[in-house]
Amino acid sequence: MNKVLNFDTGFVWSMRLMALLVIGLVVAVGYVLVQGSSEAFQKFGLSFITGREWDPIMGSYGSLPFIVGSLLTAFLALLISIPFSMSIALYLGEFANKGKISAIFTSLVELLAGIPSVIYGFWALFYLVPVVRWIQERLDIPPIGVGIFSAALILAIMIIPFSASIAREVIRMVPVGLKEAAYALGATRLEVIKDVVLPVGKSGIFAGIMLALGRALGETMAVTMVIGNNNIMPDSLFSPANTIASLLANEFAEADSSLYVSSLVGLGLVLFVMTALINFLGKMLIRRLSK
Amino acid sequence: MKLVNRKRRTARRYFLDRLVRYSVYFLCGVAILPLFFIFGFIFSKGITILDWEFLTSLPKSIGESGGGVVNAITGSLYLVGIAASVAIPLGVAAGTYLSEYRGSKLANILGQAVDVLNGVPSIVIGLVVYELVVLPMGGFSAISGGIALGMIMIPVITRSTEETLKMLPKSLKEASLALGASYATTVLRVVLPAGLTGIITGILVSLARVAGETAPLLFTAFGNPFVNLDPLKPVSSLPALIFNYAVSPYEDWHRLAWGSACVLLLGILALNLFSRWLSRRYRWY
Amino acid sequence: MKKTISALLIGLTAVTGVMAETEILGAGATFPYPLYSKMFNEYYAKKQVKVNYQSIGSGGGVKQIMSETVDFGATDGFIEDAPLKEAKRPLVHIPTCLGAVSVSYNVQGLSNLKLTPALVADIFLGKITKWNDAKIVAINPSAKVLDKKILVVHRSDGSGTTSIFTDYLAKVSPEWKTSVGAGKSVSWPTGLGAKGNEGVSGLVKQMPGSIGYIEIAYARQNKMAVATIQNKAGNWIVPDLASAASAAAIKIPDDTRINLTDSDAKNAYPIAGFTWIVVYKDQNYGGRSKAQGQEVAKLLGGWFMKEAPMPNPSITASCPQTRSPRLKRFLRV
Repeated sequence: MNKVLNFDTGFVWSMRLMALLVIGLVVAVGYVLVQGSSEAFQKFGLSFITGREWDPIMGSYGSLPFIVGSLLTAFLALLISIPFSMSIALYLGEFANKGKISAIFTSLVELLAGIPSVIYGFWALFYLVPVVRWIQERLDIPPIGVGIFSAALILAIMIIPFSASIAREVIRMVPVGLKEAAYALGATRLEVIKDVVLPVGKSGIFAGIMLALGRALGETMAVTMVIGNNNIMPDSLFSPANTIASLLANEFAEADSSLYVSSLVGLGLVLFVMTALINFLGKMLIRRLSK
Repeated sequence: MKLVNRKRRTARRYFLDRLVRYSVYFLCGVAILPLFFIFGFIFSKGITILDWEFLTSLPKSIGESGGGVVNAITGSLYLVGIAASVAIPLGVAAGTYLSEYRGSKLANILGQAVDVLNGVPSIVIGLVVYELVVLPMGGFSAISGGIALGMIMIPVITRSTEETLKMLPKSLKEASLALGASYATTVLRVVLPAGLTGIITGILVSLARVAGETAPLLFTAFGNPFVNLDPLKPVSSLPALIFNYAVSPYEDWHRLAWGSACVLLLGILALNLFSRWLSRRYRWY
Repeated sequence: MKKTISALLIGLTAVTGVMAETEILGAGATFPYPLYSKMFNEYYAKKQVKVNYQSIGSGGGVKQIMSETVDFGATDGFIEDAPLKEAKRPLVHIPTCLGAVSVSYNVQGLSNLKLTPALVADIFLGKITKWNDAKIVAINPSAKVLDKKILVVHRSDGSGTTSIFTDYLAKVSPEWKTSVGAGKSVSWPTGLGAKGNEGVSGLVKQMPGSIGYIEIAYARQNKMAVATIQNKAGNWIVPDLASAASAAAIKIPDDTRINLTDSDAKNAYPIAGFTWIVVYKDQNYGGRSKAQGQEVAKLLGGWFMKEAPMPNPSITASCPQTRSPRLKRFLRV
């Protein structure tokens, strides 16, 4: 009996240890980011965030162009993706929530979510960028092709499945009774969607959009391949730029001075905090909804 | 007069209804188009390249045509293997803990930690592992790449394990305890096996996800033109090779990148299909 | 926290280190990569020793050798005195070859573009924005009909190619010197960035109306057009093996750390430079095995100096100085 008990306590403790290890990992991530970036924050203070000059030769590191680049691409991608992700969510959650076509379509959307970032980037570089270049030629803009717009396009395609799947779940959760009551009053499907489904599901749909935003901010490879890697503040939707993630991918392996490294780690911290906040907000909304 | 008005309004309502429905269909169709474009692009370019030489030989030096990507294929398998051996024990244990001790303080913290870890951008994971593993170890290595990928897998496995175990009927556990089995035995021999399919599905899904990750490998696994099975030496991987070769000007390298993308997509597809088949075939609870 | 982890990992190293075979890891410059990839393939074929060279850019090469994560770094911008002193122990520069940074462009209907130093600077400063700018047309009459914007492509990573190119521009253009400066990564006034010589070539090749700077081997292998540049003596020079080698026909210091740009030599291509491999002189550091140090010495001290195949002239100019006996006393195991 004693032996069994010992085994039991050992088992419980080892599980607890594993749990602590996972927590420790997260603490380690935070520690490395805070510790590693302290030099940059001490040196530049707030101007690390608000500075526009990123100049490794002069040793001045202001990260505003990348913060702007990240936010601009992510929000633009979100804007482009919303009509599509909402359509998918409505189709799967409302128009055809059962049946073969719906099942096939669900699998296709899941497939889209499973394609690796680098393959999206590869495809974008050879297919999407020439299309953007063609558009630019028609608009009489320098036909660079790569830039914020291309990055936002590929990001939009990549995040559609995420916001769509959450929104679909939310739309399916809308009580059938509510909808049926509206139909009984003679409402058309559009009116049911507009006056019942969306108002009931809006916070959940919004949560899905937030999670997609978090995803878009952290996305690295596809963006790096098509954004044009320019460290100047973007001045148009077509200008080549850098996001925080793409800058890290480009410069982290070669930053030589400790201040340079520290500034890059600082950007990692900024990105980490931004995505963590957005994810946290999104999850709060979902949790409140499921209660 | 009024009747006409009402009729007209009804007609308008129905017209709008149809308009929205068709535009939803249309937008859905457009949204899924990239999938066909991407698969079409990768397979039409890549499938013709897949032959024995491509799968079994090393890349040639610049300017010579031919060659293969055996270094990247073995590297990817190796990295994913290391990642799995790091992440599966931790993830399954954490998930079990979350479901067994729901509501306890540690479980709440753990839940938050897992959520945070799930949201950490993969490039930041790479950076952290460089500082935490590569520098102290004095070099790039397969093991550091595996750890980076493992950190991405952990939250996925944890959550899927938790979800699976949560759904098991309570009576199962109670029956085992009532028969005199110890708590550890109950968890190890009854609870976990009952949820095995769900757990394995979660693991497969997480494997499919990290197999395509590039960003965390840039500063950890680095790259290698040779096949390497030493955990302390750098290794190549399919996604990293695709990245390096895709942006290059060399046609031969583009060819290798297309072929590698094809292999990678097929691998991920197979993992996804297998996990789906498994969960449909053996979902007990 | 870091300490515990590193202790754990070192323990792991000790366990697995036994089964390791020798493999030399190098990283850095993309500039000589076409040459290195050939040489190291041959080294493996002849000596069965694997040399893993990752072309991550010169900036990365210097950073990684400084943080001791690689056996050797490679760069085409030498390490300046101040950072060289910061290194934990003496580093040596081994010049491996000479190369020319070509100004490559992609404009249909424009062959044999000629550029003066001032024109190159103005284009990369963003002051000349159209291909039919009067200053370009003055020496390239065929550009008259090209009413197209000039799209400048530069490096996004820290690069020795950039350091050679910007060093040149700073020498020939006072404005460049004051507003941009020279170095491995500068803050570019215009244009878009791409990773590595590979990336810049890829982008220029894909983008009509673009101009960028790449090592001549990349332009050759991809059949891209390169500009003829006027040198200090006033001659129009095409970048190639001979004209790059002429740039080195000046007095070279003992440690070979010198910029060859804007050379006084009559037939020199003005944007040329050495590319170096950088290693620790004393190979016994950081708990490396003696065998590892010996292998590095064999590769860099022995084979590279004596037996390495002379590269095909179409690839990269070899460095004659490398083979001179005075550079043979490099490494100590």
